[in-house]
Amino acid sequence: MSILTRTFMLMLLLACFAAPSSAQDISGDELRSLDGQVQEIKSDVLDIASELSNLEERLLYPSNTQIAVFVSMDDDETFRLDAVQIEINGELATHHIYSFQELEALQKGGVQRVYTGNIVTGDHEVRVTMMGKLKSGKDFNASDSFAFAKGVKPKALGITLGGPGLGASGIQVGDW
Amino acid sequence: MGRAPLSVIGLLLFASLATSPSQSEELKDLYFGEALYYAHQGYFFEALERLDTEVKQHGEIDEPELDTLYYHIDDAEFSLGDFELRYRMHHRAGRAIKAVLEGAVDEVVRNDAAYRLARIHFQKNQIADALRALDRIDGKIPGSIRDDIEFLRANIYLAEGRAEDSIDVLKKLQDSDSFGAFAAYNLGIAYLQDNQRQAALEQLERAGQIITDDPAELAIRDKSNLVLGTIFLEDGENARAIPFLDRVRLDGPFSNQALLSSGWASMSIDSIDRAVVPWKILADREVTDRATQEAMLALPYAYGKLNVHGRAAIFYGRALGSFGAEVAKLNASIDSIREGKFLEALVREEIRKDKDWVIRLRSLPDAPETYYMMELLASHDFQTGLQNYLDLADLRRKLVAWGSSFDSFDEMVEIRQTHYDPLLPDVDTEFRELDSRMRLRIEQHKMLVQRRDDMLTKPQPKFLATREEQAILRRIEHIETQLEGSESPFAQLSMQRLARLKGMLTWTLETEFHDRLTKFDTNLRGLDGAMAILQEEYDQYIRARQAATHSFVGYDKPIKRLRGHAQKSIEKIDRLMARQGYLLELVAVEELIARRSRLENYGDKARFALADSYDRATQSQAKIEEQ
Repeated sequence: MSILTRTFMLMLLLACFAAPSSAQDISGDELRSLDGQVQEIKSDVLDIASELSNLEERLLYPSNTQIAVFVSMDDDETFRLDAVQIEINGELATHHIYSFQELEALQKGGVQRVYTGNIVTGDHEVRVTMMGKLKSGKDFNASDSFAFAKGVKPKALGITLGGPGLGASGIQVGDW
Repeated sequence: MGRAPLSVIGLLLFASLATSPSQSEELKDLYFGEALYYAHQGYFFEALERLDTEVKQHGEIDEPELDTLYYHIDDAEFSLGDFELRYRMHHRAGRAIKAVLEGAVDEVVRNDAAYRLARIHFQKNQIADALRALDRIDGKIPGSIRDDIEFLRANIYLAEGRAEDSIDVLKKLQDSDSFGAFAAYNLGIAYLQDNQRQAALEQLERAGQIITDDPAELAIRDKSNLVLGTIFLEDGENARAIPFLDRVRLDGPFSNQALLSSGWASMSIDSIDRAVVPWKILADREVTDRATQEAMLALPYAYGKLNVHGRAAIFYGRALGSFGAEVAKLNASIDSIREGKFLEALVREEIRKDKDWVIRLRSLPDAPETYYMMELLASHDFQTGLQNYLDLADLRRKLVAWGSSFDSFDEMVEIRQTHYDPLLPDVDTEFRELDSRMRLRIEQHKMLVQRRDDMLTKPQPKFLATREEQAILRRIEHIETQLEGSESPFAQLSMQRLARLKGMLTWTLETEFHDRLTKFDTNLRGLDGAMAILQEEYDQYIRARQAATHSFVGYDKPIKRLRGHAQKSIEKIDRLMARQGYLLELVAVEELIARRSRLENYGDKARFALADSYDRATQSQAKIEEQ
């Protein structure tokens, strides 16, 4: 087997490392040297983003009044979530319609922060309404209310949504 | 006729290296879950920002076992490395995973980390480092990555030129569910590299006949057949090449090259009419493809050989027309790139929402013909440069958007200060007065509690005397003092009466002590409740007062600092984008110039061949007329 043939075969196998044109050879080193600098600026901007989030939280949602509502999905393949609505003490907090990408992220185990706001310390009520479809194509809507207490620390409510199989209403709320 | 980009070749290798973000059985930390939510949607910047903050906060806690992230910390640190890798931050990803490797972690976790580190090094073409990382794997290996490790090891050996070692590893992977087809093909390549021609041919033949409906495995099957055909062609065994080239699917990513080679193989054995068939198919395909362009010249060449000069002339003419049009398109593309239209089109968000966005670029007005750059776009260095350019554009957009947040924050702080400044002095004065009264009451309460506690161990009935009883006692003691030293009968009598009165009072205090203590305790407990409410309201006020101050004090410096950082970052990004963009344009233009030269060369050939074909066709016609 000629050296040329072997080189060709290896190029096919490791095409991602092979340089297909002379034009690329010319600037490949420069492109690679820039890569390190791009990684540095990414790191810098991530730090800025982190500081900014912290600042934003302190300014807009002080810890003694902060409430965050998170949504996750139960492992229920018979149900497809379309939208969710959250009311706190009878007031609409948020309403969210899910894209395919978001739904997939929830189904893979992601948790969505659906609402961040402020409430006073004391006893409150959250009402969760979800809209979706069953595997049969039939609409599945459910609502449930849950009482919770807000202390001086930030409050996180974790809402788990599922089909008819999850509890009485298909909705569960946990304190975090 | 659609055409799969050559990037598929690269994807075949990378598809096997990609992993999903870690996911625990039962999620206990919502913030980790939030990071996963973003990562699962491909938003790695957001995922990193959240998870990095969460992991840092966890590290600063005195009792980390009380934090919910404690249950996922290994996963979280892995995911950090994973997200960094996916966000193309190899330096940080390597550091994150090395930290896990060097920490006191479980064997399974350490081996997983070593594998991930090896994968990073391999992707960066740091072969020796990749092998060193793999060598750290020892003991129990997670079942889910056992084959991944071995496949990576085989590829590293192959890249290092250790074909024999690679063969040993790949042989064991032949029955792997996830790597069977890849391993079969790679084993053939490893045999070739090891100069075992016969074994390579047999292995590639096996890889070229796998039964599957998986698109990636079908592509690797086609590739095996194409490589086999190419080997025979290069060795002059043209007849043997044909069946393998014909096995390549007509709609697969390697079909164009296979059709072209099949035609040449037939030509080489003088089976000209058979060469016409694949070239005819190919000549009608996407004109920007190298193989198609070659077929457009090869087809009339074959007709010429068949003495069908009239038809040859028609096809040469058609090729000439196409090449001219393509050269014009390439010139327009080169101009478009030089005018900066390529970079402008690249950063348009609406086009990037499509997974075939690079191909879609060609549909934009004034955008260059991207089909000519498919090979370039699929190359690792160009991809890295291109992705970096896009990432920089994204970062810039974010920083500019944050700029308006800083303005809003400034305004918000100012409004709050304007609101609170006139109110707070009066509130503070009133509070100071209330605060001193409150402190006094708190002290009194503390004293009463202390007294009760003392009386439980050392009874003091006098302490529980009523106000009236206390007044009587004081009066008796006063009179006793006055009568002290007097010898008069009245005084003696009065002293006796006073003693009786005192005795009665003492009797009452002593006998009622327990009842009184119980009542005192009950009242004190009632007071405890009231004091707790008071304390809570006091604390609440303090918090509200602090919150009022915190709502506008202490933000100036951080906002100013962040604004400065953001501005500097934008300037740095602009410089980097300019350099990165210039290089991308340079490489793209050079690629297009190379393709143009090739087309011009083809055009010259077509022009001469066209003239020749006309001559021959005319001569043939004349001969026929003469006869």
